[in-house]
Amino acid sequence: MEAIVVHELRKRYGSVQALDGISFTVAEGEVFGLLGPNGAGKSTTVRVLVTLTHADEGSAAVAGHDVRRDQNAVRRAIGYVPQDTGVDQFGTGRENLMLQGRVQGMGGRDLRSRVDELLELVGIADAADRVVKTYSGGMRRRLDVALGLVHRPRVLFLDEPTTGLDPEARVGMWAEVSRLAHAESLTILLTTHYLEEADQLADRLAIVSQGKIVVEGTPRGLKAGLRGDAVQVELTDGKIDEAKQVLAAAGASTDTLLGERTLVARVPDGGSALPGILAALDAAGIGVATVAVSRPSLDDVYLHFTGRDFTSEDRGG
Amino acid sequence: MNVLRHTWFMTVRQARNLMREPIWIVLLLVQPMVWLVLYGQLFHNVTRLGGFGTGSYITFLAPAIVVMNAFFGATWSGMSMINDLDHKVIERFLATPASRFSLVLSQIVRSALTAAIQAVVILLVSLALGVRIHAGVLGWLVIILAGVLVNSSFAGISQAIALLTRREATMIAVANFIGLPLLFLSTTMIARPQMPGWMQTAALFNPVDWGVRAAREVALSGTSWSVVTSHLLLLFALSALTAAWATRTFRAYQRSL
Repeated sequence: MEAIVVHELRKRYGSVQALDGISFTVAEGEVFGLLGPNGAGKSTTVRVLVTLTHADEGSAAVAGHDVRRDQNAVRRAIGYVPQDTGVDQFGTGRENLMLQGRVQGMGGRDLRSRVDELLELVGIADAADRVVKTYSGGMRRRLDVALGLVHRPRVLFLDEPTTGLDPEARVGMWAEVSRLAHAESLTILLTTHYLEEADQLADRLAIVSQGKIVVEGTPRGLKAGLRGDAVQVELTDGKIDEAKQVLAAAGASTDTLLGERTLVARVPDGGSALPGILAALDAAGIGVATVAVSRPSLDDVYLHFTGRDFTSEDRGG
Repeated sequence: MNVLRHTWFMTVRQARNLMREPIWIVLLLVQPMVWLVLYGQLFHNVTRLGGFGTGSYITFLAPAIVVMNAFFGATWSGMSMINDLDHKVIERFLATPASRFSLVLSQIVRSALTAAIQAVVILLVSLALGVRIHAGVLGWLVIILAGVLVNSSFAGISQAIALLTRREATMIAVANFIGLPLLFLSTTMIARPQMPGWMQTAALFNPVDWGVRAAREVALSGTSWSVVTSHLLLLFALSALTAAWATRTFRAYQRSL
């Protein structure tokens, strides 16, 4: 059964087309990633799915309930961990969890033991009765996740779960999410603008850019689809066109450019092709500043399908 | 009734937060104490002008100070909503089946509860200063209720402004803008016959004055219960009206998400 079905969602904010016909489905038990730079439409998609806002056009169903017609059924079936925490900072971790459970219709011993269990599960049991204001960023994020899980939802939405965390806390969070997905047999939809995060966590992912899904697949499949390694060549002078011809003659496709002096070429096997490429460039009198060979990454996938460099796009957006 | 249960949960949350920093309840009481003690002393001869219904200015003043304090407290009640909006607390609840109405109503209830607690403190201090409420225990209850209703009437407005503007600076400006004018266009500090005619007329339409009249009616001798009930009913109706307005602005806020 499909846990999330999204069909042709469109939404405008003023002059910005935030969603421009987004469609995808997520199977039950799957961890699905929406990957893209800031402002690509990931968070807007999530906000439509958790009933915080409506799309102008299109339809969506979560856990079998239409997000427009059956809002409260959706709200009972989902956990939502927003990008900005939403925790009551003046309350304790436990108080926040108890209240969240109560508005989800829980109570009594069931709720108390569930809260204890979650505090333990996300590793903040020691701080349970401290006011959230005193929590570190990582602890807050763990509490956020626990808040989304109190009522044992079937589908969990994680909007940028590790933004603002230091690298160590981020890796800890990844382990947490993987563990929870398994322990609570959850369907998870996560948005991220970290390529490695999507690579680590998602069973399947879709790359979102300018309100559209550019490509969809498993991280492995998407990388394999690039057919080959990336050879990144930075030239000392701007002889890009000559270099392109030389590389093409050496059997490497050069579909992408990075800046004014850097080429990215695709070859079946970077290691064995490199000497030939360098020799050919040298013979043509083209100076090379740096060379790097890399296995395909989601970075390359992004670059390949959008024609834009992920990092600079993200900074810009 | 989900609305009532959820309002209770949400009010408990806010009351608990308030109790964590009880200093605010005390600080908010400094101002009414200044009015009560200093103003009461400074103008204690003013009753000689006549029309005050008592020779003791502080007895005349005390019930009105309860209402005034409840009014001032209400004009700030939207700040807590802005804080919750800023910290996305409201958004998190919107993705749950939490009753939407309870998110607004609990803010007003919390504000009114604070006003009730402060009313008791002001009345106790007044008692120590020699103020005797003519209608006794029932009188105390009426004065507290007048404070609560004036508070909830204006808390509804404050919530609506908070939801419309979502800016603390605007809240402060509005609170300052309506605070003193409504205070001076009422019989809080002066007997009606001593006010200029146009001010007497203006006071008739001032909800702060409705509360002052109900509260003072039970504090002084010759209580007219029809004056008390009619003014309390007016305030009750106004509270319902402003709460409805706040709820409407909440829906507008939701649509803006």
